[in-house]
Amino acid sequence: MDVVHVPGEDRGRVVLYALSTCGWCAKTKQLLTDLGVEFSYLYVDRVDPAEFDQALEEVERWNPRGSFPTLVINDEHVIVGFQEDAIREALHAK
Amino acid sequence: MPNDIPDEEVDRLYTELDAEAEAGGYHLNPDREFTRGLVCGLLVNRDRYGYIACPCRLATGRREDDLDIICPCDYRDPDLAEYGACYCALYVSADVKTGKREAEPVPERRPPRPERKKMREERESTSAAPSTLAYPVWRCRVCGYLCARNAPPEICPICRVPRERFERFM
Repeated sequence: MDVVHVPGEDRGRVVLYALSTCGWCAKTKQLLTDLGVEFSYLYVDRVDPAEFDQALEEVERWNPRGSFPTLVINDEHVIVGFQEDAIREALHAK
Repeated sequence: MPNDIPDEEVDRLYTELDAEAEAGGYHLNPDREFTRGLVCGLLVNRDRYGYIACPCRLATGRREDDLDIICPCDYRDPDLAEYGACYCALYVSADVKTGKREAEPVPERRPPRPERKKMREERESTSAAPSTLAYPVWRCRVCGYLCARNAPPEICPICRVPRERFERFM
């Protein structure tokens, strides 16, 4: 899967599951970029069809609704949707 | 949002959707730049899947599984009523458009996959149930329009979605 790594300040393992066509996903990705934190993101709508089920199941493990954006911090803290305050707080970036 | 959709195409669909929305009592999000991004997402999905799946939801490419999220989605109207915007915020309520109310973040109303499968099976079995009515009653799943006739109309006269978006109501 085509996971893109964005270098930045280490605030833990930050993984963003997003859709390339979604305005709220774009805002979330922009926020992470502006905060300057290190993160990885995967555009789930762009994964290879052979890996589609695997990618969606991975998202559903964190967020059973399988909705986007789904942000996972340190494999434990999950933030669904563009929740700016919650994201800032979780990344200690108020 | 990186893509290969020419600006003119985005503008064309934007104008079309805006005219249709206003004629039907709906409103596009007045944040033009954000809305253009969503319209562009719809066009990306049209190229990809052959239909304008919601830009903020993951389509499977199987039309029968994605029917409820083809724009306008089955969840638009309840979200407009409750939050002042639809899930992706392409559509907003009149109060939000005129600035009387702020749109709230919209949680996903679409049920998770296993529940959707169950609901579809239930719907299909209901459609097959016998009825004592002179005519079956069909309901538009997008706007709630009801009509009693042998088959649903080709296009919903209220919200313009095609026949496949109707379900048997009674």
